[in-house]
Amino acid sequence: MSADASPTSHKHTLVAWLEDKPGVLNRVVGLFRRRNFNIESLTVGHSETPGISRLTFVVDGDDHMVEQAVKQLYKLVNVTRVENITNKRAIKRELALIRVKVDAQTRAEVMQIVDIYRAQIVDVSMDSVVIQAVGAEERVDSLIELLDNYPILEMVRTGAVAMTRGHAGRNGNGSAKRKVSL
Amino acid sequence: MKLTGAQIIWEALLREGVDVVFGMPGGAILPAYDALAQYPQIHHVLVRHEQGAAHMADGYARVADKVGVCIATSGPAATNLVTGLATAMMDSVPVVAITGQVPTSLLGNDAFQETDVTGVTQPVTKHNYLVTDVNDLAQVMREAFYIAREGRPGPVLVDICKDVQIASTDFVYPDEVSLPGYNPWHGLDMDAVEEAAALINKARRPLIIAGHGVMMGRAVNELRELVEKAEIPVTNTLLGLGSIPETHPLALGMCGMHGEAHTNLAIQECDVLIAVGMRFDDRVTGKLDEFAPKAKIIHLELDPAEVGKNVKPDVALIGDCKESLQALLSKVEPARHLEWIQQINEWRSEGEERDILRAELDELIPPYVMRQLWHSTKGECIVATDVGQHQMWEAQYFIHERPRQLLTSGGLGTMGYALPAAIGAQMAAPDSLVWAVVGDGGFQMTIQEMATVMQENLPIKIAIINNGFLGMVRQWQQLFYEKRYTGTPMLNPDFVKLADAYGMAARTVKRKDEVADALAEANAYDGPFLIDFQVEEEVNVYPMVAPGAAVGDLIRRPQIVQGPSGVKPAW
Ligand SMILES: Cc1ncc(C[n+]2csc(CCOP(=O)(O)OP(=O)(O)O)c2C)c(N)n1
Repeated sequence: MSADASPTSHKHTLVAWLEDKPGVLNRVVGLFRRRNFNIESLTVGHSETPGISRLTFVVDGDDHMVEQAVKQLYKLVNVTRVENITNKRAIKRELALIRVKVDAQTRAEVMQIVDIYRAQIVDVSMDSVVIQAVGAEERVDSLIELLDNYPILEMVRTGAVAMTRGHAGRNGNGSAKRKVSL
Repeated sequence: MKLTGAQIIWEALLREGVDVVFGMPGGAILPAYDALAQYPQIHHVLVRHEQGAAHMADGYARVADKVGVCIATSGPAATNLVTGLATAMMDSVPVVAITGQVPTSLLGNDAFQETDVTGVTQPVTKHNYLVTDVNDLAQVMREAFYIAREGRPGPVLVDICKDVQIASTDFVYPDEVSLPGYNPWHGLDMDAVEEAAALINKARRPLIIAGHGVMMGRAVNELRELVEKAEIPVTNTLLGLGSIPETHPLALGMCGMHGEAHTNLAIQECDVLIAVGMRFDDRVTGKLDEFAPKAKIIHLELDPAEVGKNVKPDVALIGDCKESLQALLSKVEPARHLEWIQQINEWRSEGEERDILRAELDELIPPYVMRQLWHSTKGECIVATDVGQHQMWEAQYFIHERPRQLLTSGGLGTMGYALPAAIGAQMAAPDSLVWAVVGDGGFQMTIQEMATVMQENLPIKIAIINNGFLGMVRQWQQLFYEKRYTGTPMLNPDFVKLADAYGMAARTVKRKDEVADALAEANAYDGPFLIDFQVEEEVNVYPMVAPGAAVGDLIRRPQIVQGPSGVKPAW
């Protein structure tokens, strides 16, 4: 977003669980802007728990910045849990739709590349195809690099979503109701 | 029981123990005001500007140790609250602000007096709500007070659509809050306590910096016990003044940008620094890389986000500081640090020799007024200060002995804070003597609240430190901008005449020998009283750590040399 990346900075993948209430995403995004955190990508959608959304975001920064991002997120009343999964075994995927220019000559080549990357062609027209790719970010990157030779006419990427491997963790709705007396 | 939304607001307030609110009515909050007539238990203080309402709620909260409440209508009234909310946010003061909003049917329509108030106030509140359904209102009010008060306190705003105030529902005030994402209390890490105690027990030159958190965490006694048991000198942040009596032999006074030299030298020389309920603001640390270079740092703090934000501690005790201090106390051994204390006292006496009050000056200078204020009240008063030079002189020359005695905008540095904060303080402590100490600049930012003082018949005393300048800015221009006084000289009204117009007793003081008498008159006066202290114009606050410099690298007080009579000394 802003803030120059320092030499010790690298990409971190974080997952946050949010109560599904009006304005919550705005609070999260506002926090990132206000605290000068560098967001690479951000995706949000339903989790397994009704009323709880799940946010995956990738930040570029040093460990200090990421630690601050986690702590500041926790302070938002509607954020129930935050996890930094950068160093965990995790499945990270993103989806891209890529419209590539093709002609009679290049069509076969493009289809071959799509095959190798286990992507799919989801729309075909006279002079272009739309390719759907799902995969780890680096894999999508390299597919895009290849396709750009034809070249790419239009593209959209969702940004990463992620889930740790192995046994199930707690979800973001774990904490009990707090009783407080008047 | 069926109640309207308007009634639910006041019912909720009653259940939260509120008996005074500060505000001003307007279209979108009118149903709530209309219902207020049914609640004589709640006193409404009419302000002259909503910024004042927010500062009053803040001042009230700081003195009463309760949530302060302010109320305003939509649009411009709500935006007028913003400065006060930001002030409370920075100083962690529990405030609930209630604002009226346009009817739900008009939301997002640019209706008359519509502002996206939850949007505007999001960065300056701990949390906020927009209520669009009367069935949510009781729960939201309950949560708002809970969030404002629990954990690290802060302001919470509740924006209530006009039709929600009019609609009715069955009223049940929930006795539970369900906030799965808000768990501000942390169990103490006993290993960290052991580690911290071990560091303290080995320390030869330990030092405590005590902040606002000590008072908010009600840990004043525990702090003092630790100080005495292990003989650890203690310095304060501006907001921490009062957490230990400044008359205590181990109390050093305020540190940081305008701290006395011995406090900052102690920070630079200490081998263990115990920071309690403070957040290493840049006005305290100066240049971060060179802050407390010889020290192992122990940080006692409730808010995990403050730990490691500016200064990375060697040991962190995250949690309620009363609990942390108690745990530490059981592990810390009695100790004596004679040499270290002697060293600090030497630095201290060097500083005292340069004290401007030692020079026999004829001129009326602000430090003298501040010390006289302390003498005249025997320290038995609440002081609300504004922002600028007078604020620093008050911190240096008034001797603070109690928690909740000094109200000042530490984090945001909000000019205009003092008078409304003093009003809030007086409402919270009707029998206390309350002084507002203001600069001639900041006073004029909320001067209209003099009318509130009169309408409420509050015996508040006002001391204007009138130097004809935006003094603190002028000082920076003198020191860092070659004395180019751009935009700092001020043509002021006759404050005594102005007071008179408001119906407030007042007098001018121009000479040193009038000070004691004027203060005595004000203190004894049955009602509000204003003194316009027309002080020497170009006096500077020393010592000073230049912005960005290391705290040990300070500009000392110049030796005051009195010129031959008629010639001004160099300040
Ligand atoms: C609302 C606001 N505007 C501007 C400032 C910047 N500022 C800091 S101190 C100061 C001068 C204050 O002058 P005065 O109230 O006369 O007090 P003095 O410093 O002379 O004691 C100013 C303008 C501020 N802190 N707050």
